[in-house]
Amino acid sequence: MKLETVTQVNVERAARRPVIVVTDTASGEQRLVKAKDIATDPLSAELAKQLRMGKSGTVESGGKKLFLNVYAPTARLVIVGAVHISQALAPLARSLGYDVTVVDPRTAFASPERFPDLPLIAEWPDVALPPLNIDHYTAFVAVTHDPKIDDPALLHAFARDCFYIGALGSRKTHAKRAERLKAQGASDADIARIHAPIGLNIGAVSPSEIAVSIMAEITAELRLPKEAAKVQAA
Amino acid sequence: MLNRDEDILQAAENWQKAGHGVALATVVETWGSAPRPAGSSLVINDDGTFLGSVSGGCVEGAVVTEALDVIASGKPKMLEFGVADETAWNVGLSCGGTIRVFVEKVG
Repeated sequence: MKLETVTQVNVERAARRPVIVVTDTASGEQRLVKAKDIATDPLSAELAKQLRMGKSGTVESGGKKLFLNVYAPTARLVIVGAVHISQALAPLARSLGYDVTVVDPRTAFASPERFPDLPLIAEWPDVALPPLNIDHYTAFVAVTHDPKIDDPALLHAFARDCFYIGALGSRKTHAKRAERLKAQGASDADIARIHAPIGLNIGAVSPSEIAVSIMAEITAELRLPKEAAKVQAA
Repeated sequence: MLNRDEDILQAAENWQKAGHGVALATVVETWGSAPRPAGSSLVINDDGTFLGSVSGGCVEGAVVTEALDVIASGKPKMLEFGVADETAWNVGLSCGGTIRVFVEKVG
């Protein structure tokens, strides 16, 4: 790989833009395709498919074997609510390779003592979230249990098309939340995207166990084919 | 600290700019039960220092050795590892799968 290509990949990744490197594995010939250029590329169908799946792979084209290496942006986790569960969830998500940010306007919760070495924003969601440039490669969880904080945060997550949206609360709590969010303009499709009660059902009790169940559900959403993910969650 | 994918290409850039010979090894195809998916990569410099992985640790030693050759020759190579097989390589994958690893020089 040319140094120039390596550098370009690094620049695109830092900007959270997907990029694909196409290599003719017989000759070593290589080119880089940025996400915005996929539509007009001769290999657009193959490139779009690999990017959608988030998987690298080899394809045949014009008698050549081409390796399409997909560099998707690093998955992020935005946690709204600096609660006990989040103290377990944040380091766990980090160990799984996620960039983690915690948001909570309540400074007693969002304290560096409770979240050492972690990006922590002690602001309301309407102030804290827009600068984060939340995108499709972001998992989003709302765990404050306080509608004043969770509701606007969830509306933001819908608008940014997060690949996973989860919210803490029982079925009853969630039904009330759905009504409130709809009154604020959320669609049925938006509501259906919320994983609630949050996490895979593994009988989690402690904050750490709940964190495991949430990360398991996020992993399933990220990695399993869409239909299988639904079956798992059911 | 666990290395993430972007750390690997960042290391490739940093080492190359620091004047090292650098090679990148990438899993391009897998069959059967393979330890790491296509796209997994390993970066190696001419000190033999490496980051990342292309298997569960089964074939990294052989990949590093081949990568040092690639750094010297500048020519890319395709390596194939299957079930431990004395005739092809002295190393193999105990999990029973087969992987192809593309090794190329950076720079």
